[in-house]
Amino acid sequence: MSTELVTMNIGPIHPSTHGVFRMRVTFDGETIIDAEPIIGYLHRGSEKLAEERTYTQVVTLTDRMDYTASMTNNQAYILSVEKLSGITPSVRGVWLRMIAAELQRIAAHSVAIGFLINDLGAWHTPLLYLLREREKILELFEMMCGARITNSYLRPGGVFMDAPDEFWPSLNKFLDDMPNRLDDIENLLTDNEIILARTQNVAILKKEDAINASITGPMLRASGVDWDLRHRNPYDFYEKISFRRPLGTVGDNNDRYLVRLQEIRESLKIVEQCLDLIEPGPVKPEEVPFLVRPPQGESYVPIEAPKGELGFYLVSDGSISPFRCHVRAPSLINLTLLRDMVIGYKIADLFVTFGSIDVNMGEVDR
Amino acid sequence: MGPIRESFIFEFLYCHLSLEASCSSVRILNVAFIPEDLSWISFILTSFFWIFVFINAALVGVLVLIWGERRLIGKFQARLGPNRWGPLGLFTPVADAIKVMFKEDIEPTLSDKLIYVLAPILMVVPVFMIFPVIPYGAKTFLTNISVGVVFVLAITSINSLSVLMAGWASGNRFAIIGGIRAVAMLLSYEIPMGISAAGVVIVAGSLSLSEVVNNQVIPNAIFQPLGFITFLIASTAELNRSPFDITEAESELVAGYMTDYSSMKFGLFYLGEFMATIASSAIIVTFYFSGWRGPTFIPSEIWFLTKWVGVIAIFIWFRATFPRLRIDQIMSLAWKGLFELSLINLLVLALMIAIWPDPSGMQLLIMTLVNWVVFFLSIYIFGKILSPNLTGNKIKKRSVVYGLD
Repeated sequence: MSTELVTMNIGPIHPSTHGVFRMRVTFDGETIIDAEPIIGYLHRGSEKLAEERTYTQVVTLTDRMDYTASMTNNQAYILSVEKLSGITPSVRGVWLRMIAAELQRIAAHSVAIGFLINDLGAWHTPLLYLLREREKILELFEMMCGARITNSYLRPGGVFMDAPDEFWPSLNKFLDDMPNRLDDIENLLTDNEIILARTQNVAILKKEDAINASITGPMLRASGVDWDLRHRNPYDFYEKISFRRPLGTVGDNNDRYLVRLQEIRESLKIVEQCLDLIEPGPVKPEEVPFLVRPPQGESYVPIEAPKGELGFYLVSDGSISPFRCHVRAPSLINLTLLRDMVIGYKIADLFVTFGSIDVNMGEVDR
Repeated sequence: MGPIRESFIFEFLYCHLSLEASCSSVRILNVAFIPEDLSWISFILTSFFWIFVFINAALVGVLVLIWGERRLIGKFQARLGPNRWGPLGLFTPVADAIKVMFKEDIEPTLSDKLIYVLAPILMVVPVFMIFPVIPYGAKTFLTNISVGVVFVLAITSINSLSVLMAGWASGNRFAIIGGIRAVAMLLSYEIPMGISAAGVVIVAGSLSLSEVVNNQVIPNAIFQPLGFITFLIASTAELNRSPFDITEAESELVAGYMTDYSSMKFGLFYLGEFMATIASSAIIVTFYFSGWRGPTFIPSEIWFLTKWVGVIAIFIWFRATFPRLRIDQIMSLAWKGLFELSLINLLVLALMIAIWPDPSGMQLLIMTLVNWVVFFLSIYIFGKILSPNLTGNKIKKRSVVYGLD
């Protein structure tokens, strides 16, 4: 039976494009023949704007790139600034930002899993369970720095303020609570036949393809590559921490879901270890000036953000603002394989795959 | 006027209008005023009164269902649900309805105008026709037609035509995909639904809904669990409800066939869907939960209502829990799973009824037992042995491995 191909514009306004993403998709009936991603609808010129701001002010721009993971964005930028200007961060500041980063990873992965299940059509129930846990993390952030999403918590040399006394009991309560909540989520989702049928053997990403396309983060680990920058190239104090790296076996949508879920558990362990190792002291060295003036040079420090390798390439001309700032955004690079992953699958798989890649349009377009 | 006059609620009003001689036993007070030779006037008056009551009851039922669904799903999702308008948010659907009515009515340029307008009407009108034939109580029904089972199955399948019309007439590709999906899915699920209903008919020995209830000594949900499960799944699919809501699939097709509808036309679709849920639940109660039957210390209407609310709650529970299946998986579930299961159910029932055409109490219990054995066996075979192939995707539970240091 011969059928006519149908070309559709999906997005930029669509319930499950996670922002303003557009795909020009060609279907043969229900099967995807071609999918062309079109990006740029959320371009705000953050990299250019950074050239007009002081090094400290740029922190607020990084918040708005991946707005589900502001803390790790701050961390990547601050590490790059510290390397550029040779600042040695204070010990307590580093522990605090590691705690913040790992909590942020839990929050970001909760959002990723929740919206992935929503794309599967679960009508918000698992999403709201996960957002409830994320809400607790946002409250912890509010205690730490007064902001929930656009935190701007980190400064060159550490963080701008110490966490208040009431933060620590709340954090401990969260750490005790979260594993049970995760068990609930797993009971609901992991062995759910419909989710297995929908996600297994769909949009398989092979190890070689993932490496060749420089995919990073949970998506790479779901394809079975043991590559985690916290382990391979430890920044901050990650070499003092022991954690396991969950890896997928097949590289399909189900593996990407499983890897993220287990990474939440590992992040909880990391936070617990940080709590044991953290020591009192200043959160930021006194000698770091308000206007950082790094010497001429360039720096790039990659970190393991929730979505993959995130790094800020900074070039300094010796002034108070960066001469050039380039962001290696994991969302953008992970998105490049979407077309290859979805061809030959059904319409419904397109959105599930897109959800499992876990992109944030704020970071893709910057 | 024969079968209609069997209805108590019809006859009661009719006889208080008409001075017909046969009414003398029904009339409590002698207040009738229309002479017997003009009894067609009282017939029309009574009919219009009940049409008015049933349509309004259905509309109020939809409002209550919208409120109940949102409220209950709120509880499922660990949030409050609507609670602003009126006590417990009871007036929220009223506010919704007012909002929908005052929206701008947009008609897409590419649309096929006539079909575009007809589709939402065709969605709502057939559902109204189900309510009069349902026996709500021992004597509370409006009409008892002799082919009630066939009638409700036929009427509930009209909405697939409406969905296709809406999808086609919108001139929108999301809508067309939704409409095509609807036809593929709804036609497939008609078959297991009809075969399961045949099981009910065999047991009742009649196509009349009143007889189906009268002859249900053991509720069919217990008597023939396999038929009940297949019918429940098939009617969930018929209703386009989660996990079979691929026709409107919010995360894929925006709103599917009703993407381009707005204002009251959209409202009619909304109304039709919720009313279909109410109607289908009533059908399920009649077919499988022995309708109005129950211990007599509670009025039969209350029994019916309780079971009705329970079945609706099951649908809401489904919606709050299950993710959506993919189109090919839905089709294979219908043809590789439910179709066979409903045939097995029909075959076993037919064999047993052939052996015991008029079963006694003990024989009924044995039949129930056999049905449960068949139920567990076939669910085990289909669920455990065949299920990896049922959806065309060899699924296997797996877990992550961990990187070595």
